[in-house]
Amino acid sequence: MAIAKALSVREEVVKERLGLTSNYAAAYAVKSVDVDVIAAYPITPQTTIIEKLAEFVANGEIDAEYIPVESEHSALSAVVGAAATGARVFTATSAQGLEFMHEVLYIASGLRLPIVMAVPGRALSAPISIHGDYQDIMSARDSGWIVMIASSAQEVYDSIIMAYRIAEDSRVLLPVMVSYDGFLMSHTTEPVEIYHEDYVRKFTPRNLNRHRLDPRKPITIGVIASPDWYYEIKYQVINALKESKSMIKEVHDEFNKTFGTNYDIVERYMIDDADYVLITYGGASSGNAKEAAIRAREKGLRAGVLRIRLFRPFPTDEVVNAIKDAKAVAVIDRALSPGNTYEGPVFNDVVSALYSRGIDKPIISVIHGISQRTMLVDDFYNLYKTLDEYARTGEYPRKTIFMGLRGGEA
Amino acid sequence: MKMYFRTIKDLPLDEYYGPGQLTCAGCGPSIAVRWLLKAAGSDVIVVNATGCIEVTTTSYPYTAWSVPYLHVAFENSAAAASGVESALKVLRRKGILDTKAKVMVIAGDGGTYDIGLQALSGMLERGHGVLYVLYDNEAYMNTGIQRSGGTPHFAWTTTSPVGSKLRGKVQRKKDIMSIVIGHHIPYAATANIAYPIDLANKVKTALDYLDEGPAFIHVLAPCPPGWRYPEEMTVEIARLATETGYFPLYEWDHGRIRFNPPSNAHFDKSRRKPIIEYLKRQGRFAHLTEEDIKEIEKEIDEYWDYLARLAKAFG
Repeated sequence: MAIAKALSVREEVVKERLGLTSNYAAAYAVKSVDVDVIAAYPITPQTTIIEKLAEFVANGEIDAEYIPVESEHSALSAVVGAAATGARVFTATSAQGLEFMHEVLYIASGLRLPIVMAVPGRALSAPISIHGDYQDIMSARDSGWIVMIASSAQEVYDSIIMAYRIAEDSRVLLPVMVSYDGFLMSHTTEPVEIYHEDYVRKFTPRNLNRHRLDPRKPITIGVIASPDWYYEIKYQVINALKESKSMIKEVHDEFNKTFGTNYDIVERYMIDDADYVLITYGGASSGNAKEAAIRAREKGLRAGVLRIRLFRPFPTDEVVNAIKDAKAVAVIDRALSPGNTYEGPVFNDVVSALYSRGIDKPIISVIHGISQRTMLVDDFYNLYKTLDEYARTGEYPRKTIFMGLRGGEA
Repeated sequence: MKMYFRTIKDLPLDEYYGPGQLTCAGCGPSIAVRWLLKAAGSDVIVVNATGCIEVTTTSYPYTAWSVPYLHVAFENSAAAASGVESALKVLRRKGILDTKAKVMVIAGDGGTYDIGLQALSGMLERGHGVLYVLYDNEAYMNTGIQRSGGTPHFAWTTTSPVGSKLRGKVQRKKDIMSIVIGHHIPYAATANIAYPIDLANKVKTALDYLDEGPAFIHVLAPCPPGWRYPEEMTVEIARLATETGYFPLYEWDHGRIRFNPPSNAHFDKSRRKPIIEYLKRQGRFAHLTEEDIKEIEKEIDEYWDYLARLAKAFG
């Protein structure tokens, strides 16, 4: 019944089905929310988003100011200014661009500005690499933004629509990053169902009832705070991010109801009875893990996948609940945290989530897909077999495994 | 420039820059901001770069600003202002906001000559209708007197100290006006806190041009602790900067250059006061030798020669 209902909702809301890359899907989402100001600077693999948006603006399909800035630092600064004036804004970047914005990331969250940014993840220099991983996102992790990581072009489209609703919610007022695989998604065409704009606009009403620059009601934004005040003001941001989780879930529920989708802040794949769980994020890792889980199940292993869709705030309860009964878990990171006890950044998040609930179990940190190093389904399938072995022997490596590394310790 | 104000009494009594802010006694930039806001009126949004004015006027939970004010960071006030201006434009067009507010950047020399130059150039090139006001106190005063691209030749700062081998700043002051004019914007002008009527008229003129594109005003604003002079001398020293020809007052208005009094008489060197009158009052120049002073004089002459050629070509 639920499926039949979802299908009929879909029929009503979907305007057309297009072949779109995740980048184009992002641009279509931005178009559908009646964006006001776009500030953009080219960088691979993000560039095709802002090219598509420039086309929309040039053809009059979007009534927006498009600011072709001279750097990513200015891109984020310009949308900070525009958002502070009450506009609905968008920008996008990757890798070095996100690093160049870094200073302003913290300012955007500190000023509580509802900014939406798409970030197809990419490796960081040096050596320079234009290829995909999630190192850029990890470096922006502590900046106070809400971070979602999508795994399909449809999900990119849907997440950006949700992001506007979340960011502008008066109870949230935080910037939102929607990330996904550089190249493997940003440049891969998939079918995407585009909604009738009136449904999207109804779902994303403007919120002008927030702090903004208005001569009729002058306020000062961007003050200096002495040590007497800084801590408390910063704590408000920390708290807002933590509290935003329930609002984000609420928006997910409402989105599912309105658009006949089935999103949650984590995706549970064959996990209810799973003994062995791979925790992933993004498109390629999650797709491979799911394939591998099917294969492992055929071989009699109870395999499952937990995909982290909402990365910040971290879905602690959802992660713990999904894996608390598993016999062994691996966290696949497409990013690095050099010099840490374990080099997988999300592994460290998962372990601290488990620790917070007093759970200790075999869990391993796996690095893969760095700078888009090919990840094979076999690699993931072998991980399930390894997890089985670890669970049976109780012996498992207490250091990060670097998969696919030549001459390394795979 | 249009003459909106003829005497000091024509300036509005309204104050948009509150008392009790934390600038030093005799602060030149503070005087500049007070005049700027008087001239601009209430329908303005200020975007301020990190710097002296920012840290002294927005100490939470207080603010000195009774117009809407945004500070983002040091190097990006022009970019943030581009966003504010674009937002006003599109929200007006869509009928979402009904406002005629103008956008004004206030940034120091560090935030303009150096770290903010890229964002400024981008804003000018893209043609945003923003008035960018540079208050030039000729060094990074907020961090404690370090040299910037706006610091003059030979001036002492903590990073251009007077030592046995190097004596003050080795390089000359960057010609920011020529850089700005190179963007072919509608209006650019120099101004000086010692000439408030001239300054106020330039602000009004600039604001009226914003529908066409960006405007820029370079305001000289002396700094008692940084320039090493007694705080009651600020306006006098500022005036000497113009009277000696060190800081000429002029406007670039739609491709024409015009010199304002008293600088319009200063092509004739004999009408300028000797530069020593300006230099000798400031501790940052206390180490200058006769030769150094001659060198500065020569540089000012060269600058006037350049200006004369500009005036000839574009007057």
